[in-house]
Amino acid sequence: METLIPLAYIVSAVLFILGLKMLGRAASARKGNMLSAVGMLIAAGATLLQSGIDYTFILIGVLIGAAIGLYIARTVKMTAMPEMVALLNGSGGLASMLVGWNEYIRNPHSDVVSSIAVFAAVVIGAVTTTGSGLAWAKLSERISGKPILFGSQQLVNAGLLAGTVILGVIFVIAPASSYPLLLIFLVLGLVLGVLAVLPIGGADMPIVISLLNSYSGIAGAAAGFAIGNTVLVVAGSLVGASGLILTQIMCKAMNRSLANVLFSGFGSATSASTTAVEGEIKPITADDAFYILEAASNVIFVPGYGMAVAQAQHVVKELADLLEKNGAEVRYVIHPVAGRMPGHMNVLLAEANVPYEQLVEPDDVNPTMEMVDVAVVIGANDVVNPSAREDKASPLYGMPIINVDQARTCFVLKRSMNPGFSGVENPLFYKPNTRMLFGDAKASLGTLVAEFKDA
Amino acid sequence: MTIMLLLLAFILAIFLGFELINKVPSQLHTPLMSGSNAISGITIVGAIAATAVHGPLASALAVIAIVAATVNVVGGYLVTDRMLGMFRAGEKGK
Repeated sequence: METLIPLAYIVSAVLFILGLKMLGRAASARKGNMLSAVGMLIAAGATLLQSGIDYTFILIGVLIGAAIGLYIARTVKMTAMPEMVALLNGSGGLASMLVGWNEYIRNPHSDVVSSIAVFAAVVIGAVTTTGSGLAWAKLSERISGKPILFGSQQLVNAGLLAGTVILGVIFVIAPASSYPLLLIFLVLGLVLGVLAVLPIGGADMPIVISLLNSYSGIAGAAAGFAIGNTVLVVAGSLVGASGLILTQIMCKAMNRSLANVLFSGFGSATSASTTAVEGEIKPITADDAFYILEAASNVIFVPGYGMAVAQAQHVVKELADLLEKNGAEVRYVIHPVAGRMPGHMNVLLAEANVPYEQLVEPDDVNPTMEMVDVAVVIGANDVVNPSAREDKASPLYGMPIINVDQARTCFVLKRSMNPGFSGVENPLFYKPNTRMLFGDAKASLGTLVAEFKDA
Repeated sequence: MTIMLLLLAFILAIFLGFELINKVPSQLHTPLMSGSNAISGITIVGAIAATAVHGPLASALAVIAIVAATVNVVGGYLVTDRMLGMFRAGEKGK
C-alpha cells in the first residue's frame, strides 16, 4: 500500500500532463479530456486505499456531488457556459479551503511550511469560492453585471489584504494557539473574494474567470502542501499556471494590464472620451440588407455577447449556409475576448455545427479587410470599435480590434442605440459604410434567411 | 526533506503548465479552461483523506469538501466533453 499510492499518483500526474497537452489541439482535445479524467479516477481510487479514512462519509459525499455534477453538466445551456465554469471554479476552491481547515483540526502543531500552506489553502480557497460565486451571479444576471464601485474601495481592499497577511504571519508563528485567527482569515478571504470581483465589469469577465480558474488550482496546490500530497501539488500547480497563461493571453487581447482589469472598474468611468462623433446613423431594412448580401461574394460574421443573449448562433449558421450556396465565401471572425469567457463564441458556433476551419482570428482578416464585401456584426461592440485605433482619449485606445469599418459594407445588428457593456460610444455606427439593422438579432437574421429561401 | 521534494514538484509543474498552454488556438480556450478546471477538482484526493480526521466538525468539513470537489470533477469533465463533442472539423475531416 505504502508504495502503491505514490506510484498511482505518478501515473495520474502523467495522465493530467498528457491530457492538458492534447486539450491544446482540436483534433486530440476530446481524447485528452478523457485521459485526464482517467488520471483523476486513478488518483481518487488510490486514495481510497489510505488507512483510517471513513468510507461511509466518502460514499455519501461522492454520491451527492456526482448527482449534482451530472445534473448541471447535462442540463446547462451552452450559452450559460461562463457561469457554469465560474460555479465549478468555486466548488473547487471551496473544497480546498475546507481541506485546509480540516488539516488544521487534525494537526494544529504543524511546522512552518505546513502552516503557511494551511493559511494559503484557506485564504485562496475562500477568495475563489466567493469570487466565483459573485462572478456566477453577475454572469447569470442575478445581479447587475456593471462594475460596482464605492469610495476608497481600493483602500478597503488593500487594508483587508494587509490584515489577512498579518494574521497569517501570526498564525504561522504560533499555529497551535491561533484557531480563532484561522476562522478570522477564512472570513476575510470570503469577504475579499466578493470585494475583488465587485468592481469588475461584464466585458472583463473572461479575464476574471481564467484568473479564478488559476486560483482554484493554486488553492489545491496549497492544500497539497498542507497534507503532503504529491498529486495534489502537481495537478494544482499545473492548473494554476495554465490559468495564469490564459489570463495573460486575454489581457494581451485587450491591450491592458492585469492590474488595470482588476482595479480600474473599466467602463464605469464617466470621463470617457467626449469627442463628438461625426456622421449620422443609417438604418437599413432586412429587405435591403438581403439585396446587398445576395450580391456579396465575401462575407464575414463578427459575433459578440449579443449573439449569445439572442441565442442566434443557429440562425447565423443557417444564413451562412445559404450565403455559401449562393457562392459567397463565409468566415467567422472571433475576437479573443468576445463574449463573457475565453472562447465563448467558438463554443456557441460549434454548438450550431459551424466547422472550425471557418473560424478565424482578427489577424487573419484585418490585412485584407477591403476585400470583404459585407461584415455582419452580431451583438459585438467594443471589439469592433474604431476608437481603439483612432481616438487616443478613448479608454479602448490600443486594443486590437476587428477592422470591420474598413469592409465595403458593414451591417450592425443591434437592439437599440444603447451603448455597449463598456458604455463607450462607438463611432462605427456613424461611418458612411455602416448600416444599422435594428431589432432582435435572431429575428433579423431569421427574416434574412426567409428572404434567401424565397428568392 | 519531503517538503523540498514537494516544492521541486510544484515549481517544475508550474513551468510545465506554462509550456503546455502557450500558443493554444483561441477556439480551444473554453474547453481548455473547463478541462483544466476539472483537474483542479483533484482536491478530492485531499477531501477523501480528510475523512480520517475524527470529530463532528472535521467530518462535516470533509463531507462538504468531498461533495464540492466531486461536483467540480464530475461537472467539469462532463461539460468539457459535451463542449468538445460539438467541435467538428469540416467535411475533409482531421
